[in-house]
Amino acid sequence: MPALSWREYLDEKMLPHLWCPGCGNGIALGALTRALAELQLPRNKVVVVTGIGCWGKADDYLATSALHGTHGRALAFATGVKAARPELTVIVLMGDGDGATIGGNHLIHAARRNIDLTAVVLNNQNYGMTGGQVSATTPVDAVTSTTRYGNPERDFDLCRLVDAAGANYVARGTVYHVPQLDRLIRDGITKKGFSFIEVISPCPTHFGRRNKLGSAVEMMKALKTRAVNVNSPAAKTGELPAGAFLIGKLADRDDPDFTARYAAVQQKAQAKGGFSS
Amino acid sequence: MNIANRSKDKNESTVDRGSKETRRLFLQGNEAIAEGAIAAGARFYAGYPITPSSEIAEACAEKLPAVGGVYIQMEDELGSIAAVIGASLTGVKAFTATSGPGFSLMQENLGVAILGEVPCVVVNVQRSGPSTGLATRPAQADVMQARWGRHGDQHLIVLSPATVQECFDLTVTAFNLAERFRAPVILLADEIVAHMRENVTLPDPAQIKIVNRKKPACPPEEYLPFKPDPDGVPPLADYGSEYIFHVTSSMHGERGYSQNDPANAGAKIKRLFTKLDNHLDEILLVKHHYNPADELDLLIVTFGCTTRPARAAALRTPNLKAGVLQLVTLWPFPDAFIAEAAQKARAVLVPELNLGQVIREVQRVVGKEKPVFGLHKSNGLGFLPAEISARIEEVANQCLR
Amino acid sequence: MTRININPRRCKHCGICIAFCPKEVFGADYRGAPVVERAEKCTACGLCVMRCPDFALEVGEKGK
Repeated sequence: MPALSWREYLDEKMLPHLWCPGCGNGIALGALTRALAELQLPRNKVVVVTGIGCWGKADDYLATSALHGTHGRALAFATGVKAARPELTVIVLMGDGDGATIGGNHLIHAARRNIDLTAVVLNNQNYGMTGGQVSATTPVDAVTSTTRYGNPERDFDLCRLVDAAGANYVARGTVYHVPQLDRLIRDGITKKGFSFIEVISPCPTHFGRRNKLGSAVEMMKALKTRAVNVNSPAAKTGELPAGAFLIGKLADRDDPDFTARYAAVQQKAQAKGGFSS
Repeated sequence: MNIANRSKDKNESTVDRGSKETRRLFLQGNEAIAEGAIAAGARFYAGYPITPSSEIAEACAEKLPAVGGVYIQMEDELGSIAAVIGASLTGVKAFTATSGPGFSLMQENLGVAILGEVPCVVVNVQRSGPSTGLATRPAQADVMQARWGRHGDQHLIVLSPATVQECFDLTVTAFNLAERFRAPVILLADEIVAHMRENVTLPDPAQIKIVNRKKPACPPEEYLPFKPDPDGVPPLADYGSEYIFHVTSSMHGERGYSQNDPANAGAKIKRLFTKLDNHLDEILLVKHHYNPADELDLLIVTFGCTTRPARAAALRTPNLKAGVLQLVTLWPFPDAFIAEAAQKARAVLVPELNLGQVIREVQRVVGKEKPVFGLHKSNGLGFLPAEISARIEEVANQCLR
Repeated sequence: MTRININPRRCKHCGICIAFCPKEVFGADYRGAPVVERAEKCTACGLCVMRCPDFALEVGEKGK
């Protein structure tokens, strides 16, 4: 069978997509399709599960199977798919509102359960689809449509949160650093256990405009300036300038995943004929 | 099935080492529901513990892995029903069980199962509310919630068991209807039925009628996951099969992609109704605990745990012929059966453990032709036969003597 | 010379390809839409394709 190009994972007849000019979602979608193409995963063995929000519309542009669920619950839908059919590759696309705010509980439990899903959380620091309201990743003091005087709340460091909850794989990338983002997603898909990739991405229409961050190009330049590779000397000393954040693989371990552990449960149950006592 | 039949056999223990023949067991309602689900072919359960339904989860945690199935305890009920939907789309029969507070949390994603046409079963073992309420005493106050609890226009099937045997039998029926109509089915049990223990007969698995969902037969590139067959039900492929398809909680066209066209939305919502309403002969179940040919003084309409005390009371009424019509299917509401039975009765009584839910539907069906009386109780206690007898006496004095 | 296709139906004029091309291959028209001005400098590195949010660019690929 001839190799699938990355464009064959896209449903190109659905383009142009609905995202705003300069939105990073399309770049992240491209990175995902390139990761799928590099792994040459059969399209019928991939299920993409999405929630609600701008990034949650990504499944409309993918030529794999897909399940577009409710706001915040994508990981729970995906958990059902994966637990029932461990042989499928299940990729979960959520924004910061979807995955970390309304859906934060599912995020930590998916990580704790170490279920073999690959979650790609696109963090644009606000609720883009509904007009730019504050989310759990909006920085303190930032202006959104619901924090006109500045955000009184602090933001999550999602990678530290998911790492602490026990995920096998935690990484952060940006839509500026694309070749690296492709690799981070690819490695997350390959990794057994829960994989979490946070993608820092500009929302020029809402977050950028309200916080006077300039055009999409200016916001992309800021990603280039602020991101520090986790393997760089600066990252190793731990002395990062204000506003900097680490990119790269932040956690990488090989604890048994849910599928492996549940297979052991099934073996024990079958040995006892379904009676535990 | 004869629900009045009491076993004279010596009770067996619940430990049965895999006999393939008919088994007679002494089971709790919740255990019978778990047995029924597994007999129906369920191999996936996702849930969150809540009294008085937790024994279903416990039984599934023990038995499902032994038959190659999966039990997973989710972080909440929103996640439980979501995982059930995800699992079902891979072709595995899936279900969850809960009670009032958890059932409230499941409503949004039940809407996904309805709009996305995902077969699954949700057991709600009703308990007293509202909110945490009188934990965890019996009630039957979720009848309207089961039908109308979600936002948006929609339709679904609700069944209600009155005995432990029915807990088993109707769980099988619930899965069969879910698979037949590619829709969620709610088994609306109650604390009394779920925690009661009695003898049940588990048929030889080979004798149990099992319905499996219709799969597509077309070439994969032609598959439209929401294009209905003439019966109104679209075939459903499995994730991971050769068919690639999208399912969405958004309004969608036949291809399963978001679509905002009003004509499409109108037709889709209407089909969610007609795919059930055009097949009521397959869905509506009632039990006449009297000879339906008989003329009655009083027709007593019951469901779930009110059925037994009502039957006891009906037997005790002196100089009055009363008969119990038990509603097994609560939704779609069995209008025709009630209308027919009410025709042959002088008055109707609806006892229910709430302040008036099923009676509204009975009044709608019966109209002003016959008087419809209620007996309503919402204090966390079930009915005693004497309470129903006393109400029958009142009704008799008012209009039957 | 590398073939560079810009799909005008998809391009939303965000300017990212113009700003970040390492060889400054692109210029902008009066609307801010990219135009290929220095095709001879293109090394087909593919970064513009990867960073285009709109799948509007093809570089050196057989047209699909």
